[in-house]
Amino acid sequence: MAAEDSYPEELRYHPEHDWARIEGETATFGITWYAQDSLGEIVFYDPPEVGSTVSKDEPYTEVESVKAVSDVIAPLSGEVVEVNAAAGTDPELINNDPYGEGWLAKVKLSDPAEVDSLLDVAAYRELLAD
Amino acid sequence: MEPSVALRHTPLHDEHVAAGARLVPFAGWEMPVQYAGVAAEHEAVRERAGVFDVSHMGQIGTSGSESLTFLQRLVSNDVERLAPGGAQYSCLCADDGGILDDLFSYLLEDGSYLTVSNAANHGSDLERFREIAADFEVMVKDLAPEHAMLAVQGPAARQAVASLLAAGGELPARMHTARLRLGDADALVCGTGYTGEDGVEILIANEHAPALWRALLAAGVEPCGLGARDTLRLEVCFHLHGSDMGLDRNPIEAGLGWCCKEETGFAGSEQIAAARAAGTEEKLVAFAIEGRGIPRGGNPVLVGGEPAGTVTSGTFSPTLGIGIGMGYLRSSASEPGTRIEIDVRGKVREAEVRPKPLYDPKH
Repeated sequence: MAAEDSYPEELRYHPEHDWARIEGETATFGITWYAQDSLGEIVFYDPPEVGSTVSKDEPYTEVESVKAVSDVIAPLSGEVVEVNAAAGTDPELINNDPYGEGWLAKVKLSDPAEVDSLLDVAAYRELLAD
Repeated sequence: MEPSVALRHTPLHDEHVAAGARLVPFAGWEMPVQYAGVAAEHEAVRERAGVFDVSHMGQIGTSGSESLTFLQRLVSNDVERLAPGGAQYSCLCADDGGILDDLFSYLLEDGSYLTVSNAANHGSDLERFREIAADFEVMVKDLAPEHAMLAVQGPAARQAVASLLAAGGELPARMHTARLRLGDADALVCGTGYTGEDGVEILIANEHAPALWRALLAAGVEPCGLGARDTLRLEVCFHLHGSDMGLDRNPIEAGLGWCCKEETGFAGSEQIAAARAAGTEEKLVAFAIEGRGIPRGGNPVLVGGEPAGTVTSGTFSPTLGIGIGMGYLRSSASEPGTRIEIDVRGKVREAEVRPKPLYDPKH
């Protein structure tokens, strides 16, 4: 597992411990270091269907560790355009590299203005500290 | 939110913090759920040796001239078959045959008995002991406050514990117990455990527990938490009271008829004899999901699309690499090989009833 906690500056964060990397009208989604650390070794990730619609604040997939199952909440709304099949077959990628090889889905945003409601890294760290 | 109550700490709390444990509330205690990670700790116990702090478990001492007849009335197994230095598993049943707890009792050299209870049930077990004790010449004593308990489990566990023994000491065989010097302390060492592996459980005075813990780690034993304890016990189909059985289940449907000897006349024996004779509507079965999906307690079990039972324990099996579990199923669908489906949060997963244990460490 990625031993040291880290929260990249360039990402936006959802309070349910998800991140979004905004690239124009699409965004890459994943779960934060805190989320993967809380879950422990992730043994199961079932990617959503490409073409499916996800809604901000609603679950779009689930990740499961030895201990527990957890819904993954969409930080933004849109249509899934790509999923990380590698993380489906090798879910420990989500533990080892939550912001890189452990990404979960790429989404074409239906309402890019929603980005404004997400947390920046300082606000997310503050939420974790509470 | 649960009402805020102070969680109890075992004498090893500082050791857990030092070892980087993640601590969680469990039955009123703050206990380590993992150190390095559940899968790594699970593997340590299956392949090498791990140590669990199980000091939250309770101990009840029974002494006096009628100890044997008292315990015979109280617990489901035939206590007369327990020889000095022996260990025995049993159910503690309510008068209607429901399961109050499952217990390990040891007959010590001095003729007294020591019984290990589950943390969550220790208080109510003591009440049950004292209720029945009113009719017998016995003394029932709560020994939990004095004892720490460490479970050292795995193929290399005995060797590691033996390296700490005073000269001339010899570890007890499986299902036996012995008073031994371990380092600078007296300990009661028992050849029992909850993982399916060889190993021992050690009862030791609270003040000596941290030194023993550190000596075991120095001998190469790896610290393991409640997370691995649960995956290990489920692979070998050991019951967890409160999940796999409780007051609403009798030992026959729970698959614990083997430790019930109704001819001894223990409390609840008539109802259990009747259940054994008539058969039960449901039985606790073990199962495995062959594809993807991890069952969890509470998931519905289906047969041919129709509701047939409920999962009581489920997890990912680190050894087998698949989802496994136990649950109650209508008896007609309880034979190993029966095709079943588990409704895992709305996704129906193909599964099969399997013989117990799901994994046999001896193979």
